Amino acid sequence: MPDRIQRKKTERQSEEVAEAEVTPTESAAIDDIDDLLDEIDEILEENAEEFVRSYVQKGGE
Amino acid sequence: MAVPKVCGLETEYGILVRGADNNPVTASALLINAYTGAAQEQVAFDLIAEDPQRDARSPDPLDPYEFDPELEYTPVNAVLTNGARYYVDHAHPEMSTPEVRTPREAVIWDRAGEEIIRQSMTAAQRLVPDGAEILIHKNNSDGKGNSYGCHENYLVDRGLPFGKVISAVMAHFVTRQVFAGAGKVGCELPGMASDSVSFQISQRADFFEEEVGLETTVRRPIVNTRDEPHCDPAKYRRLHVIAGDANMSEVATFLKVASTAMLLAAAEDDPMMEMPALANPVRAITQVSHDPTLTAVVSTYEGTTVRAIEVQWQLFEIARLWVERTGGEAVGEEDCNLALRQWEQILSGLESDPLTVADRVDWVAKQRLINAYADRHNVVAGSASLRAIDLQYHDMRPSKGLASRCGLVTLVDGNEVQQATTHPPTSTRAYFRGRCVERYGHDIIAANWDSMVFDIGVDPLRRVPMDDPLRGTAELVANVIDNSATAVDLVAALAEPIG
Repeated sequence: MPDRIQRKKTERQSEEVAEAEVTPTESAAIDDIDDLLDEIDEILEENAEEFVRSYVQKGGE
Repeated sequence: MAVPKVCGLETEYGILVRGADNNPVTASALLINAYTGAAQEQVAFDLIAEDPQRDARSPDPLDPYEFDPELEYTPVNAVLTNGARYYVDHAHPEMSTPEVRTPREAVIWDRAGEEIIRQSMTAAQRLVPDGAEILIHKNNSDGKGNSYGCHENYLVDRGLPFGKVISAVMAHFVTRQVFAGAGKVGCELPGMASDSVSFQISQRADFFEEEVGLETTVRRPIVNTRDEPHCDPAKYRRLHVIAGDANMSEVATFLKVASTAMLLAAAEDDPMMEMPALANPVRAITQVSHDPTLTAVVSTYEGTTVRAIEVQWQLFEIARLWVERTGGEAVGEEDCNLALRQWEQILSGLESDPLTVADRVDWVAKQRLINAYADRHNVVAGSASLRAIDLQYHDMRPSKGLASRCGLVTLVDGNEVQQATTHPPTSTRAYFRGRCVERYGHDIIAANWDSMVFDIGVDPLRRVPMDDPLRGTAELVANVIDNSATAVDLVAALAEPIG
């Protein structure tokens, strides 16, 4: 029983966090697009052409 | 009265093996076995209880992909302690979340599914040859005309005629991509060149050929008619939705589920309600997707023309009025209020400046990366590097995934997601399923969405039906499970009336 009370409390706190977090912002992300592009340059698949060509899936569902 | 919108998500992940034989069936099986072998007692999902069409999902012996002789193949179909089903579907690993009661819970268990995929990748890495790697993507297309789905399921009142279900969701499924589309470089519409569209809103829109139908793999319909309720068919339908993208953004997943659930509930409460209707939904879904400027118009049933966002505003208003009238109980009051605020803000943002919603709409976030990259490196639309960014947006490797780097806001916290990888939701029968797997896994012969079969050491096997998705909740069965040390105790206790 104490478990469940604790859990409820946690849910409520995180909902408050959620509210704060999804308040629309002039997204900070937009300002650091250059930093992000630097990172993409580092981690993008080395041989993009080969990677894209080899990416073949079977249809699903 | 609208029935509670119990819901769930099924995600087929893209899978690719590098540095070894690229057999997606074997790799999917290896991935899942690596996880279930490491994480829990294995409990098989009971395919026999599924209808023949579902049986068709088991691996086809005539499959043109040969099994890798070095890896033992096991048809994989596991039930997890969090109530989810984790299995190989065709040539993809698929995660079906447990049934949940609210859109927010859908986000938590969808994210938990991603986390389980990551844990599976780590576990599988120890089993593949040196230098080999299994890559997993949460996307819906390979860019070459092959698509795999992210399906949604909603509990619907059987009393609502199916024609009303269709009219409640058709215009939404065509236009909700403006906030729920995951974005795609290029075009896969049959008859059109790949580079005829440099960037489009949806991963999936190119693959729909019918308005309404039973198929999911060929001639895909916008509204799927599969009638397999996995619960009491006299009371309920399960609306099986195949016209959606897998989302990386939590807000997009949340709003996709919440908006659809609210519109279904509104139709249940007022079947005569006027819903926006389009003249040609199949044509419209690609018209909308192929126009990231959001200015294209589509024809309405009445013969006028309308922009996708205008249709969304009408649907928003229907949902808003329903919540105002009913309090939104069927979907969850807090979830409805959060969804309405997000829906309104996102539509307003898309109309004024889409970049303002780059922190919650996947296609906008992805397009922003692609445009910025193209500017910096002076590459032309549709080039391989831009297609690679498209794929890598959905990459499940923490070291490579771009979605986690581009500033998407979150709705749920990491602890909740971690907890949900091993714990079921408390609010549906998934609680009973997950707890039983956790506690009596050794004695479970088979599990299904609507039943569990126990071997209690004496004949016959005991089947526990779970016909009602709203029973088997923590409130109803936690004490029984906590007080039953063995499956024998549990079956005996369940024979007593639950007080």
